[in-house]
Amino acid sequence: MSNNNASFVRTEMLGSQEPPTSERGAIKWVRENLFSSALNSILTLLGVAAIYLIISGSLPWFLHGVWNASSMGECRQIVADNYGEGASGACWAMIHERWHQYMFGFYPRELYWRPVTAFALMIVSLAPVLYYNNRRTDTVMTGVVSVLLMLALWGVNTPGSVFAAVFLLFAVIVAVARVAPKYLVWVTILFPAVGFLLLWGGSVWSPVGAMAGFVLIGITYSLTKDRLGVPVGTGVGVIIASIWWLFIQSHVTGPLASAMNLGFEKVDSDQFGGFLLAFVIGVTAISASLPVGILLALGRRSDMPLIKALSVGFIEFIRGVPLITMLFTASLLLQYFLPPQTKFDLILRVIILVTVFSAAYIAEVIRGGLAALPKGQYEAADALGLDYWQAQRLIIMPQALKISIPGIVSSFIGLFKDTTLVALVGLADPLQGITKIVRADINWKGIYWEPYIFVGLIFFVVCFSMSRYSMYLENKLKRDHR
Amino acid sequence: MSDPHAVTREINRSQMQVSDEVAIQITSMNKWYGAFHVLRDINMTVNRGERIVICGPSGSGKSTLIRCINRLEEHQSGQIIVDGTELTNDLKNIDKVRSEVGMVFQHFNLFPHLTILENCTLAPIWVRKTPRKEAEEVAMHFLEKVKIPEQALKYPGQLSGGQQQRVAIARSLCMKPRIMLFDEPTSALDPEMIKEVLDTMIELAEEGMTMLCVTHEMGFAQAVANRVIFMDQGQIVEQNEPKAFFNNPQSDRTKLFLSQILGH
Ligand SMILES: Nc1ncnc2c1ncn2[C@@H]1O[C@H](COP(=O)(O)OP(=O)(O)OP(=O)(O)O)[C@@H](O)[C@H]1O
Ligand SMILES: [Mg+2]
Repeated sequence: MSNNNASFVRTEMLGSQEPPTSERGAIKWVRENLFSSALNSILTLLGVAAIYLIISGSLPWFLHGVWNASSMGECRQIVADNYGEGASGACWAMIHERWHQYMFGFYPRELYWRPVTAFALMIVSLAPVLYYNNRRTDTVMTGVVSVLLMLALWGVNTPGSVFAAVFLLFAVIVAVARVAPKYLVWVTILFPAVGFLLLWGGSVWSPVGAMAGFVLIGITYSLTKDRLGVPVGTGVGVIIASIWWLFIQSHVTGPLASAMNLGFEKVDSDQFGGFLLAFVIGVTAISASLPVGILLALGRRSDMPLIKALSVGFIEFIRGVPLITMLFTASLLLQYFLPPQTKFDLILRVIILVTVFSAAYIAEVIRGGLAALPKGQYEAADALGLDYWQAQRLIIMPQALKISIPGIVSSFIGLFKDTTLVALVGLADPLQGITKIVRADINWKGIYWEPYIFVGLIFFVVCFSMSRYSMYLENKLKRDHR
Repeated sequence: MSDPHAVTREINRSQMQVSDEVAIQITSMNKWYGAFHVLRDINMTVNRGERIVICGPSGSGKSTLIRCINRLEEHQSGQIIVDGTELTNDLKNIDKVRSEVGMVFQHFNLFPHLTILENCTLAPIWVRKTPRKEAEEVAMHFLEKVKIPEQALKYPGQLSGGQQQRVAIARSLCMKPRIMLFDEPTSALDPEMIKEVLDTMIELAEEGMTMLCVTHEMGFAQAVANRVIFMDQGQIVEQNEPKAFFNNPQSDRTKLFLSQILGH
């Protein structure tokens, strides 16, 4: 066959062959990823050396850890006895002894069952929001939560009668999940009031009164929205509810409370601390900042100059001020502006300001999502005759929020970590507040790494779960199969 | 004629009747984008049952004109009356007109996060307050009509362009509109898909739907339209029955445009 012969016909097809060994499996991977060039090889070796140094330095410390001791001195003694003089070892015994403070702060010990139950109810109430629900997942989820809750209640020495009552409550919840999962949404609706009651205690009637205000908003809205439109209808509802909250509620709930004194023992806000505090602030602010952020983002894109100016001004002002400044405002300044005798709870003030702070960031993230939507989506919604709020709710927001999920979850993670800043206004957050108290104890003087590692680990677990959840959600909502 | 999509099939004209009833009345309408005068003194009457094709060079204001008819764009002077309702700032009137007028866009504008069926039932359920079950039956009826009932549970991203455009047509039809507007419904499609969309539109015309259609498909115009409107620089330059319009154009602009588009 000559070289310049242009025509060629293959008479036999070639079978596929194994690639050469250098192109296969682990060897290929190592060559491509670790030693692809001289610089890469040096970096790989340096990296290995660094990892070796860190592990060889800290691993004995972890392995020598002591779990049972009553003071730092005892810890050191045990380590020295077991591993020789000069050996170092972690003193996890501190956590063993003080874990309740890290979890609950100064919450009365005999009432630990209340925050624990509230936490379990929170998980149940989040389910309809976070996952697609069906009978099976709901039953499994509520079942697992119930079992864990019972174990936790047993762990915190819950009195028998309470144990039985909570057991009954969760038996009902599991049964509902099994029979009619869609009614679980009532746990979600009632949770703000029930959670408040469990955590702070007091008369049943004040959270009932507060919820009644929201019912008033709902009723007013559904009666007037056809005539007045969504924003005005909601506005009128809020005004009526505010009148109820400010002027009427106490006159109704007061007599009710004296006539029928139902309720729990009161717990003060300054008894809250540790992760209980972080979760109360974090979860409340997260759930409140998303709707506020959505409204701010819509306001910023509004055609109405006043609403737009207010939203822009608010967002830019909040983003221009450090969170710490706002927390100091919460603890000091707000008190001056309010009528003198109003007792405005410090935790509540902090929650409001953290919410406002993160709402401003979330608004900007959502605005990015809104800007990414093609104009055609708005036009199609308009052309079909959907009104502004229907179009937002059914067409625009589902898509814009989906685009914004990574940014929103980042804001949430940041918010949760920022809850540790409340230490600066005197609240006992887990990282600084509680650790300072532990260190001040003569028994645990000189402890350094252990509390930070412990608290850091818990924060990591929570934040990492949020980030994984965001990836799960992104995958689940992936609809453009292109 | 060198039109690749020349309509070859027999068109059933038994129901294609133009009545005396006025569907759309536009009188001395003007529109500006800022200082730019896009639509100039538009006067136009569309009777019920008419099939009107609007053509003209790019930028001549065709899209703007039909978008004014359901108020996706606002006009600054003159009058637009659709089905007896004048388009003003009154939101009630706008909502009324929009629920009577269906619109199909060049880029389909389906809602990507909803299934085909949900795309079709959304507006009936939320705007017309139709019970879900009934809305779904109606939607399936129209999806069968555009010949894709088997795709009902898929998402728009899983369909071809031609299928998506037919879904968009079905979505509009689910609102039982009395007038349909089309803005270049086939110009984002590959040649083999254009025919399936045109066939759907022809069927719609055969059922007597009032249609305004911006398109460069001259085969469709000749076979289906009862009137062709030629626009240039924001004005209606010439309008006539298709036969006369194509064989005997009057204005020089029209002649130039036709010679370009028909490739003579
Ligand atoms: N939102 C807008 N703001 C300013 N000018 C616009 C806007 N939309 C369109 N125009 C201008 O108005 C003119 C008419 O636009 P229109 O989209 O109606 O043209 P068209 O006839 O549909 O053209 P095509 O065949 O390219 O779709 C064009 O010159 C365009 O640049
Ligand atoms: Mg156009």
